[in-house]
Amino acid sequence: MSAEREEPTVRASGFGPPYPGVPPADVIRLTTNASTQPFWDAAAHHRLVVPRCTACGTFRMPPSPFCWHCRAQDVEWVEHDGRGEVYSFTVIRHAVIPDVRDALPFVACVVELPGTGGCRVIGDLVDVDPADARIGMAVELVWYDVRAGTSVPCFRPA
Amino acid sequence: MTPTRALPERTLRDRTAVVGVGATPYWRRGESLPRTPLELAGTAVLAALDDAGLGVDDLDGFALYSMGFDTSLLAQWLGVPEVRFTAMTTGGGGGSAGSVGLAAAAVVGGMADVVVSVMTLQQSASRFGASFAPRGKAGAAYSAPPSPEGAFIQPSGLMGPGQMFAVLAQRHMHLYGTTREHFAEVAISTRANAVRRETSLMREPLTPGEYFGARMIADPLCLYDFCLECDGAVAVVTTSIERARDLRHPPAVIGGSAHGGAGRWGQAITWFGMPDEYFTSSGHRTVARRVYEMAGVVPADVDVALLYDHFSPMVLMQLEDYGFCGVGESGPFVAEGNIRWPGGRLPVNTHGGNLSEAYIIGMTHVKEAVEQLRGTAVNQVEGARVALVTGGPASIPVSALVLHR
Repeated sequence: MSAEREEPTVRASGFGPPYPGVPPADVIRLTTNASTQPFWDAAAHHRLVVPRCTACGTFRMPPSPFCWHCRAQDVEWVEHDGRGEVYSFTVIRHAVIPDVRDALPFVACVVELPGTGGCRVIGDLVDVDPADARIGMAVELVWYDVRAGTSVPCFRPA
Repeated sequence: MTPTRALPERTLRDRTAVVGVGATPYWRRGESLPRTPLELAGTAVLAALDDAGLGVDDLDGFALYSMGFDTSLLAQWLGVPEVRFTAMTTGGGGGSAGSVGLAAAAVVGGMADVVVSVMTLQQSASRFGASFAPRGKAGAAYSAPPSPEGAFIQPSGLMGPGQMFAVLAQRHMHLYGTTREHFAEVAISTRANAVRRETSLMREPLTPGEYFGARMIADPLCLYDFCLECDGAVAVVTTSIERARDLRHPPAVIGGSAHGGAGRWGQAITWFGMPDEYFTSSGHRTVARRVYEMAGVVPADVDVALLYDHFSPMVLMQLEDYGFCGVGESGPFVAEGNIRWPGGRLPVNTHGGNLSEAYIIGMTHVKEAVEQLRGTAVNQVEGARVALVTGGPASIPVSALVLHR
C-alpha cells in the first residue's frame, strides 16, 4: 500500500528551499507506506526519527517491515539530533530533467548517524561552497519545508 | 586451468555453450526509429541463429533480463514452433551475463534445447539518465515508479544512476587515493579499443586533454565517465555442449555463471545503506567467488575481461572484486597499463564497451567474449582461452559468466 502525499493547493509563506542548492519543491514527491509514514510524520515537525527493532535493538533505514538482523517487525522510533559526518557525496552539475536546471549545483550527501549502527540519511549539503564539501565533514540537520505537511532533511556544516 | 575444488554434483560447468551471436547496427539514441524495439530484437535473434547455423525451427527458449520484452509477440511474429522456456532474471542491467546462465540452466535442466538471450533498447522518448526522476516531468518519461524507499533519496536531487554511482566513486577516492586519472585510463583505453571497430559509435580517440576538459556531470564523474545512450539489439544463442560440437563455430563453452549478491547489497545505490565493508565495491564479490568456483578457474586464468562499464569507476571496483588486484589497488593497477589492448596483462573491454562502442545494457560484452574465444575479434587477444563477462554493478542481481574454448 502506498500513497502520494497530498499536494498543496495554497503555498503558504515560509515554504521553499532554505538555501540555494536544493531541488525545487515541485519535483519533490514523497510516496509513503505504513512502514515509512512515521518517519515523514515526524519530519513534518522537524524531528528526525530512526526506527529501532524492539526485539534486538538494531536500527534500520529506510524503515521497513522486517528487522534485517532478527526478522522481528515491531519498532520504536528513536529521535536523533541529526548531527553526523558526511559519509560520501556528489556534486550534481548536470540537469537530467529541465526542472532542476536553475537550482544547480546540488551537493547530494550521505550522512551516517552516530549511535545508530551505521544508519544513513541522504540529503543535500547546503550553506557550503561545493568545492569545500569533504567526506568526514561534520554536519548538522536543517529542514527543507517543501510544502504544508512535508519537510525533508538537508545538512549544513556544523 | 586448475579447478579450485572438486566438481560438485549439481553444476552448469561445461554442459552448454554459446553457439551464435547476432546484433543490429547500433544507433545513437532515437536514431533507430521508425523500427520498434521488438523488431530490433527479432533482427538480432535471427542473426544469432544464422550465425550458429540454426533456424527458428530450432529455437525453443528465451532468457531475458532488465525487464525484458513480450516474448509472446516475438514468438508469434517469428513463428517459433514451440516455446518451452521463457524467463527472466529480475533487476536491471546486472542480469546481462546472468541471462546466459539462465539459458544454460534451462538447457541443463532439460526444459529447452536452444535458448536465446537478448537485449533490445531504444532510448528515443526517454533516457535512463533520469531513471529516478519524478514521473510526469519532461525528460523523465522512463522513470521508475515512485516508491516509499525512493522517497528517502529523491528529495536530494539524485535522479540518475550516474549521480548515484558517483557517490561510491567519491568514497573510493577518499579511502584508497584513487584519482580521476584512473577513471580516465578506463575511458581512454576503452575508447582506443572502440576506434578500431566499424560497429562503434565513438570512432575518434579520446585524449587526456578532452577527458579533463569535459564538463563535470556529477563530481567526480565527467561526461566521459558515463556510458553512451543508444538504440540496438544483441542476441546470443545457448545450447547443449553435445549439440554445440556440430554447429558452425567452435563453441564458447559456458564454464560457469552466477547471479545475485549479498542480501544487504540489496538496492545498492538506491538506498546507500550497504555495509561499510563493501560500500565502495561493485557488489560482485559473492558472484565472483561463485562463478570462479563453478568454472574451476582463478583470476590468473582469465585472458580477457568484458566488464560492465556504465560508469568508469565501477570497472575499477570490479577489477578488485574479481581478484585481479587487491581491494583499493585498482587505480595503480590500471595506471600500469594492465587493462590495455594489446599488451596489457588483462585486456578489458576490447570491444569498446558500454562507454564507447554501444550501450546495449551489457549484451555486447557477451558477444565480444564469444568472438574472442573464436579468434575472430577485431581486437583479438592472442590465444584467448578464458573470458570473463559481467553484468552490473546494479541492485541485486549482479551477474557473471565464464566462457572458455
